[in-house]
Amino acid sequence: MQFGLMSVSDVTRDPTTTATPSEAERIKSMVRIGVAAEEAGLDVFAVGEHHNPPFVSSSPTTLLAHIAAMTERIILSTSTTLITTNDPVRIAEEYAMLQHLADGRMDLMLGRGNTGPVYPWFGQNGAQSLQLALENYNLLHELWRKDVVDWEGSFRTPLQGFTSTPRPLDGVAPFVWHGSIRTPEIAEQAAFYGNGYFANHIFWPTHHFKRLIDFYRQRFEHYGHGTRKQAIVGLGGQTFIAKTSQEAHAQFRPYFNEAPVYGHGPTLEEFENSTPLTVGSPQEVIDKTLTFREHFGDYQRQLFLIDHAGLPEKTVLEQIELLGNEVVPTLRKELDARREDGVADAPTHAGRVAAQYGDAAPREFRPGANRGDNLVGPSPYLEPETAAV
Amino acid sequence: MTAKKLVIVHAGMSETSSTAMLVGRIASAVAKAGVEHGVEIATRVVSVRELLPELPAALGSQHFGPGFSSAIDALREADALVVASPVYKAQPSGALNAFLQVLDDDLVQGLPTIVAATAGTKRHALVADTDMRALLTYMRALVVPTALFATADDWADGALPARVDRAAGELALLMQSGFAESVRGGASGRYRHDFGSARTEDSPIELDTDLMRIAAGGAPARKA
Repeated sequence: MQFGLMSVSDVTRDPTTTATPSEAERIKSMVRIGVAAEEAGLDVFAVGEHHNPPFVSSSPTTLLAHIAAMTERIILSTSTTLITTNDPVRIAEEYAMLQHLADGRMDLMLGRGNTGPVYPWFGQNGAQSLQLALENYNLLHELWRKDVVDWEGSFRTPLQGFTSTPRPLDGVAPFVWHGSIRTPEIAEQAAFYGNGYFANHIFWPTHHFKRLIDFYRQRFEHYGHGTRKQAIVGLGGQTFIAKTSQEAHAQFRPYFNEAPVYGHGPTLEEFENSTPLTVGSPQEVIDKTLTFREHFGDYQRQLFLIDHAGLPEKTVLEQIELLGNEVVPTLRKELDARREDGVADAPTHAGRVAAQYGDAAPREFRPGANRGDNLVGPSPYLEPETAAV
Repeated sequence: MTAKKLVIVHAGMSETSSTAMLVGRIASAVAKAGVEHGVEIATRVVSVRELLPELPAALGSQHFGPGFSSAIDALREADALVVASPVYKAQPSGALNAFLQVLDDDLVQGLPTIVAATAGTKRHALVADTDMRALLTYMRALVVPTALFATADDWADGALPARVDRAAGELALLMQSGFAESVRGGASGRYRHDFGSARTEDSPIELDTDLMRIAAGGAPARKA
């Protein structure tokens, strides 16, 4: 089980001081938050992708590669990478590069994005976003698994004899989570490929997601990737922790009330009752988080949203310490004790290399000498292709 | 014979509002018309005024409180509908529009529906036909030909009950025809439903679609 943070990278005014960080300050702050997550013993740091203010994370691989260079253990991921408006060829290339630089400590979560104009800005039609997401992933999947790809689809330029470089580290594609909150087709795609399914569980009541997760588990089994219990599920959540429930509410309320995505709608208490948001003592956060397993079954990754809504960096770093020291150790222990037999391990590069090669050495990629194109012969690389995971 | 469920949604804002009075007349007329058409009718009233405290969360975040949830359950199970509102500034009450706007698109699909409006002046006479009919039509309700409208003067005019009876008769006839059951049951696959809508949350997920085939690694649909 992996625990971590997911950041949307918003630059939001602190409603208690009316100070707004600059983009420069927020970017450097996110780096420190990522490093602090590792220091606090968390397993994952994920960042979103947005292409409009007030968000700064338009280029997740650059940020994540930088954090990878400053850390040793934490897995860098996204929440989410836009599979609709990015060219899947560029996703294949950029994330493979990140995978090499991070020594395999990365994966990615694919999403459709939530800003209508992002489609026309990137030359796409938002009305076709689901087909775009599905088709783009089909291509991305192939680009990481076949040395030479021929492809023709409905959206991007056809490819003939294309090799996405660098090839994935050890010939093992980065692990992919398909993120969705109300789209059965995305759950189906995750199940078809045996990939992970992530429910960003933040805004809506639990029953919305339960049905999709159950569907994903059932289809994962249908496609022969393992039992329902072996399907790989991740969940979002959000917390604000203080020593006592009263203190947590008093500190968080002004941020909640003014937050662009929650403010001026349901009250904090209503939001806590109807969504996974937990504002309270470490024990309250532990108790509520343990209920997620009861709803969705044993799962592999829990990400918390904690750096948002104008919370100052100092507060966020305190939250990370509280999460890392007083919440996650107990959650690990409790969830380990409750976990059923036969549940999949959380995905890691080492685990995926072992699954693909057993005790054999992983494939290495050395381009053949004087190779001017990919159109002649089976592969531009010296070592032969083997069946990929 | 199980009773058919008539749900009355009204946005009357006072006790007793003229909208509530009109709605009462309509309910009685529909019950009477039901008897004539052999349809037993059970009526449930949803007062939008009582849902106002839950409206900000519903509008802002699609979070439904207990009142909204109960109203949505009633609409999901409904066989026919009456939607009534006072007219403010030449529009149906904002509260009524807000209530309807947060519902799933398919919630009232196929339901025979009477639209009714009340106002202080006859100059608002077409609001039920131009605004309310259009909104309910967007939601694929089947609005009966006779829309109802009443100002204070109409309460002294025998033409109002005649119009109410006419609309009620149209509604009862449509309820008797089984149109709603047919649209909402067997033929439902011809309509678009968003995943997780209140109408479809118990239905199986459809696998036999073009998008599901692409999801399962299938070839994309070719451009024409």
